[in-house]
Amino acid sequence: MLAQYVVNGLLMGGLYACLAVGFALVWGVLNIVNMLHGSMVVLGAYFCLVGVQQLGLPLYAVAPAVCIVLFAFGYVIQRGLLNRVITQPILITLTLTFGLELIVNNVILNVFSATPRSLAVNLGTLDVWGMRIPMVRIVGMLVAVFLTLLLYWLLRHSKMGRAIIAVRMDRHAAALMGIRIPQIYALTFGIGALMAGAAGCAMALIYPVTPMMSGVFLGKAFVICVLGGLGSVPGAIIGGLVLGLVEGLGTLTLGPQWATSVGFILMMAVIIVFPSGIAGKKGYE
Amino acid sequence: MIFDRPAIIKLVVGVALFMGAAIAGGLLDNYQLQVGTSLAMLSVLCMGWNITGGYMGYPMLGMAAFFGLGCYIDAIAQVAGIPVVAAWLLATAGGALTAALLGLALLRLKGHYFAIGTIAIVEVLREVSNNWESLTGGAVGLNVPILQGDPETVGRFFYLAMASLALLAFLITIVIDRSRFGFGLRCIRQNEQAASMVGIDVFRYKVAAFMLSGALGSTAGAVYASMVAFIEPKDAFSLIMTIEVAVMTMLGGMGTIFGPLAGAVFFVVLREFVWANFINWHSGILGLIVVIVIYFVPGGLFGTNWKALFRRAARPRASVRSQPAL
Amino acid sequence: MSASADKPILELRNVSRVFDGIRAVDNVSLSFKAGEIVGLIGPNGAGKTTLVNLISGFVRVSGGDVIYEGRSIVRDKPHAIARAGIARTFQIVQPFAQMTVLENVMAGAIYAGHCGMRQAQEKAMECLAFTKLASFADKPAAELALANRKRLELAKSLAMNPRILMLDEVNAGLNSSEIDQAIAMIHEIAGQGITIIVIEHLMRVVTALAKRAVVLHHGAVVSEGPTESVFRDPQVIEAYLGNKFAKHFAESMSAMPS
Repeated sequence: MLAQYVVNGLLMGGLYACLAVGFALVWGVLNIVNMLHGSMVVLGAYFCLVGVQQLGLPLYAVAPAVCIVLFAFGYVIQRGLLNRVITQPILITLTLTFGLELIVNNVILNVFSATPRSLAVNLGTLDVWGMRIPMVRIVGMLVAVFLTLLLYWLLRHSKMGRAIIAVRMDRHAAALMGIRIPQIYALTFGIGALMAGAAGCAMALIYPVTPMMSGVFLGKAFVICVLGGLGSVPGAIIGGLVLGLVEGLGTLTLGPQWATSVGFILMMAVIIVFPSGIAGKKGYE
Repeated sequence: MIFDRPAIIKLVVGVALFMGAAIAGGLLDNYQLQVGTSLAMLSVLCMGWNITGGYMGYPMLGMAAFFGLGCYIDAIAQVAGIPVVAAWLLATAGGALTAALLGLALLRLKGHYFAIGTIAIVEVLREVSNNWESLTGGAVGLNVPILQGDPETVGRFFYLAMASLALLAFLITIVIDRSRFGFGLRCIRQNEQAASMVGIDVFRYKVAAFMLSGALGSTAGAVYASMVAFIEPKDAFSLIMTIEVAVMTMLGGMGTIFGPLAGAVFFVVLREFVWANFINWHSGILGLIVVIVIYFVPGGLFGTNWKALFRRAARPRASVRSQPAL
Repeated sequence: MSASADKPILELRNVSRVFDGIRAVDNVSLSFKAGEIVGLIGPNGAGKTTLVNLISGFVRVSGGDVIYEGRSIVRDKPHAIARAGIARTFQIVQPFAQMTVLENVMAGAIYAGHCGMRQAQEKAMECLAFTKLASFADKPAAELALANRKRLELAKSLAMNPRILMLDEVNAGLNSSEIDQAIAMIHEIAGQGITIIVIEHLMRVVTALAKRAVVLHHGAVVSEGPTESVFRDPQVIEAYLGNKFAKHFAESMSAMPS
C-alpha cells in the first residue's frame, strides 16, 4: 500500500516539476510572480482537448502545436504589457498578472464552460509489485520530465539559454555584455508559458480539467518554487518530487482532504526557515 | 502629531460623510441597507489593509485570514452563549493576538515571500476550518444565533455597527497618517535599513502595524458573521476577497487617507451596476479594470500626481519615450 | 554629559569581527574623548567601515566590547544605539527616496533626536540651513545630485542630535571646492562638542580636520597618534604603498633635513 502511494506521488511529482519549472524560471529571471501561470496550464489542457476531441488530430501533433501557441501567447504578453512595469515594486507586478489572470480565467470559463473534461486515453495498466499504475500516468510523467530535462540542457548549452541564466544572475552586467534584456525577458516568459502548456496537456491525460483548477495549479507552483528555489530547474524537479511525495504520504496518513494543506504548511515552514529554498541559490525576494 | 489645516479638513470631511451615512440609515430600505453595510465592511477591510500594505508597503495578502478568523471566533462565541458585542470584542482581541504571533514568523520575510506567506495562511486556515468539524462545523458551515427583533431594526443595527467600525478605522487612519507612527511606517516602506539607523524600532513598528490590520479585519469579520448568521470556510477565508481588498485600496490610492474608501466605493458601485448586468463577465471586467489602472495610474485615485500626469500627456510624444526595461 | 573631561566617551576593547574565517576587524582597542576629531584611515579593505558598522550596531561583534558613556552597547540593536546618541553616515548614501528632503532630515530628529513632530520640523530646517540645503527642502530626495545627497546624509545625522558622529567617506565623489565646504562644516560641528570619527582616503582632509589619527590594516591597528607622525610612520607607508616603496621612502626621509 505504502509503495503505491509513494510511486503515485513520484509520478505526480514529475508532472509537478514540469508544471512549476516555467513559473520558477519567470520568477527567478524577471522577478515576476506570474499569477497567470495556473490559467496557462488550464489553457494548454483545453487547447489539447479541443485539438484531439473536436478537431480529431492525433495527440502527438496537437501537443507541440499547443506548446507553440502558448509560447507565442506568453511572449506577446511579456513584450507588450509586462515589460513596462517590470521595474516596479512587486505589489504592482503581482496585481497586474492577477488582473490578467482574472481576464483569461473568465474567458476560459465562458468559452469552454465549467464542465470537467478529460482526454480519457486508456493505455492499459501496469501491474507490478502489487501496485496498479495506469500507463497513461507514466507516459505523462515521462514526457513532462523529458521536457524539463530538455529545458535544463538548453539553458546550459544554447546561446539563448546562457543569456537567460546570465540575466538571472545579474541583469545589469548582462546588459553591459550586450544581451538584449527585453528580448530575454520575453523569451523567458514565453518558455514559462510553453512549459505550462505542456504540463497542461499532460494533466489533461490524467485528470478531468476545469477552469477552477488554475488556482490549484498556481498554488502547487508556489509551493514547489519555495521548496526548490527560484529560477532553478533542478530545484523545480526536486521541489516537484518532494511535493508529490508529501501529498501522497499526506493522503495516506491524513486523508485526501489534507493533501493540499500539508503542501502549504510545508511551504510555510520552509519559507520561515530557509527563505531561499532547499536547492536554490539566493534568488530574488 | 502634526495636525495642520489639510489634516483637519480631511477629518471634518470624513466625519461628515459618516454622519451623513448614519442619518441616511434611517431612510434606506432593506436592500440599500445591505449595500451600505457591505460598503462599510469593505471600507474597514481596505483601511485595515492600508496600514500594512499601503503605509508600510508590505505586500500583505492575508486580510481574508483575519476576516475569517473574526467570523469564526464570533460564531463560536455566540453559539457558546456570549452576547453579540462581547463576541465582537473577543474577535478583535483574537485578530490582534493572531497577527502578533503570525507577525513574529512572517515579518522577517520580504517581498514576494511575505506575500506568499500571507496567502498560505489564508489557505491553511480555510483547510483547517474545512476539516476541524467539531469546532467549526466543517465545510457545511456554522449557524450563528440570529439577533432578536424585526428585520428592519436589526438591519439598521448592523448598518450602524459596521459604519461605526468604519468611522473608527477612519480615525485610526488619520491618527496614523499624521503621527510619528505613520511617519515611521513610511520610512520603513522606503528603506528598512535606513529607518533602523535613524532610530526606528523597525520590528516593533512592523508588528504593531500588522496587529492593527489584523484587529480591524477580524472585527469586520465578526460583525459580518453576526449579521449573515451563517458562515462557511470558503466564504470566510476567500482568496479572491483578500486580493480584491488589496487591489481596491491600490485603485483608490494606497498609503492615503481616503484611498481605501474610494476603492471600496468603486468596488461596490461596480458590483451593483456593472456586474448585475454582465454576470458572466464579472471577474473579467474586474481584471480589465485592474490591468488598466495598474498600467496607467498605479498610484490610484488619491495617490497619483494628476497634475504631473496631465502635463506629461500634453507634451509632444517625441519627448516621452518609454525606457527599455533593464 | 555623563563623561567627565578625562573619561573617554567611547571605548573599544579587543573588538573583533570574523566573516567566514576572515578577520575583518582584529582585536582593536581604541578610546575616544568627548569632542575630539579622530581620523580613521587605512588602505581599502582595512576594516574601517566594518569598525563603524560594529560601533553603530549594524553588524554584531565576534568578540570584545564597545563601551559608550560607561555602558556596554555591544548587544544593543542599531536603532537603540542611534537613539543613545551615535550617528553614522553611509558610504553609499541611502535616503528615503520618495520622501522630501525635509522629511528625510525630520526622520533623524523624530526618532533618534527625540523630538515631537513640530519640533522635528524646526530642527530639520535648522540642519538643512546648516548644510546649505534649505532651498531643496520640499524636493524629493531622489532628485538630489550626489554632493547634495551626501549633505543630506550629514543633515540627517545632525538632526539625530548625536554625541558621536561617524562619517564614512563623506567626500568620495566630491570636487575640490565641495570638499573645502565639507571640511568647514565638519569643523563647525566639532565646535559644538560632538565627537567625530572621520573615515577618509584624502590625506588633506584628515590633516585639516583631525589632530589624532588611527591607521587600520588587515583589520588591526597599525599606528595611532598625532596625525603628522602617523603619516611618517614607516609601517603606515608600507600598509598603503607596499614594502619596496616604504624602504625607499624611509631612506629618502632620513636623507632629508628634518
